[in-house]
Amino acid sequence: MALYSEKVMDHFRNPRNVGTIENADGVGEVGNGKCGDIMKIYLEIDDDIVTDVKFETFGCGSAIASSSMATELIKGKPVSEVLQLTNKAVTEALDGLPAHKIHCSVLAEEAIKAAVKDYYDKNGIAQ
Amino acid sequence: MIYADNAATTKMSRIAIDAMLPYMEEIWGNPSSLYEAGQKAAEALCSAREHIAACIGADPREIYFTSGGSEADNQAILSAARFGQRSGKKHIISTAFEHHAVLHTLKKLEKEGYETELLDVHENGMIYPEQVAEAIREDTCLVTIMYANNEIGSVMPIPEIGAICRQRKVPFHTDAVQAVGHLPVNVQEQNIDLLSLSAHKFHGPKGIGVLYARQGIPLVNLIEGGAQERGRRAGTENVPAIMSMAAALEEACAHMDQNTEKLLRLRDKLIDGLSRIPHSALNGDKEKRLPGNVNFCFEGIEGESLLLLLDDKGICASSGSACTSGSLDPSHVLLATGRPHEVAHGSLRLSLCADNTEEDVEEILQAVPEVVGYLREMSPLWKDKVSGKREFVLS
Repeated sequence: MALYSEKVMDHFRNPRNVGTIENADGVGEVGNGKCGDIMKIYLEIDDDIVTDVKFETFGCGSAIASSSMATELIKGKPVSEVLQLTNKAVTEALDGLPAHKIHCSVLAEEAIKAAVKDYYDKNGIAQ
Repeated sequence: MIYADNAATTKMSRIAIDAMLPYMEEIWGNPSSLYEAGQKAAEALCSAREHIAACIGADPREIYFTSGGSEADNQAILSAARFGQRSGKKHIISTAFEHHAVLHTLKKLEKEGYETELLDVHENGMIYPEQVAEAIREDTCLVTIMYANNEIGSVMPIPEIGAICRQRKVPFHTDAVQAVGHLPVNVQEQNIDLLSLSAHKFHGPKGIGVLYARQGIPLVNLIEGGAQERGRRAGTENVPAIMSMAAALEEACAHMDQNTEKLLRLRDKLIDGLSRIPHSALNGDKEKRLPGNVNFCFEGIEGESLLLLLDDKGICASSGSACTSGSLDPSHVLLATGRPHEVAHGSLRLSLCADNTEEDVEEILQAVPEVVGYLREMSPLWKDKVSGKREFVLS
């Protein structure tokens, strides 16, 4: 059996939404170089809807695939719904991750939440 | 497919495969049996032992067949430790970048009250004889230092280290799994008391290896049972694998000079080409290095993604990133040479054999910079370095 599901390999080989957004409404970065994973999420938000999302990731195959899938899951969604995103949803959408790679999906959830927090902070929205 | 992971395992050679077959099809008797079918197998075993001994400058009576390098390492270390204990010696000298078969055996001994001292590895992946001389104490019962490192390919000054150990009357073991069949190894001339080797690193079969133990070094048994291997390793001998290992080793030693010449050319071409990638660094000494080993760190990327993308291009390699080491930390070898975690995550090992070609090297030199560049483009860590928010570690 291969290490990763076909979905993971698809998102790793053809990551969706790679890049940056200039003057993004919210930016979140989690992880660190020492652990070998850094994820950065950029959000463009109009009328409380995530109209665009981009990511940059330093990390292994599942970290890149998790970032890619997470951005797909939140694109076009209202911010309140984006905050409901769980690492479990990311993992399931990828048809599973090996046990020692689950932390990659956790990082994706945390990066998105950090980006939303940044958006709230910038706009003085109470959390 | 371009196979550049020969330090992990090698493809069996035709000669090694052919050497096995008669001992599965015709001479399949148990070497311990008295009838002719058994005795023919025993004779074959005897000749394999002689051939292997000759390849490493040992006496056939000093060759013990094991299941591979790990078992040989375990048995060598535990034997020296138990022997030392008899005269109250429980201090063991090793290095921080040994194979886990050595390090984990030492951990086990520490729990039993042994004191292990791991020598610092220099930046270039070397251990120097003076370090060993300084570390030896009255109660040192073993020095165990690898012949050549499996990840970064650096080759230790084994004859000099062995000479110091002999002078100070301390048994010297070397894990020579990466060296035998690739470098001229001679236990007599190089002052080696105990040595581990593994057949699948020189185009022989997996699951078979040798522990060489100089006469007079008492061994403890890891496996109890019958009287095989002069009572030091029980279990019916794996005759086909042993015959194959002997044939593979003879072939490797007979062609060592020409293989080395070819490998050095390919290796140095790879090193020169990969050095052109900005913010990268060669791991391990440039000169005192296994002829087929190339190991680089590329700043700003992670090794597993690199391997997966190289695999997509048909290139098999390995990395010391945490994701490939199966733990949270990157390679203990790279950390021992002083590479910071962040940089150690971005390592790539290419290990060549004589089957590799100039074309393979050219393809690798095309693929690696492409993949590194692609991954850096999506790495926030790399971007921060380029923009000056974080500092570069490698020049």
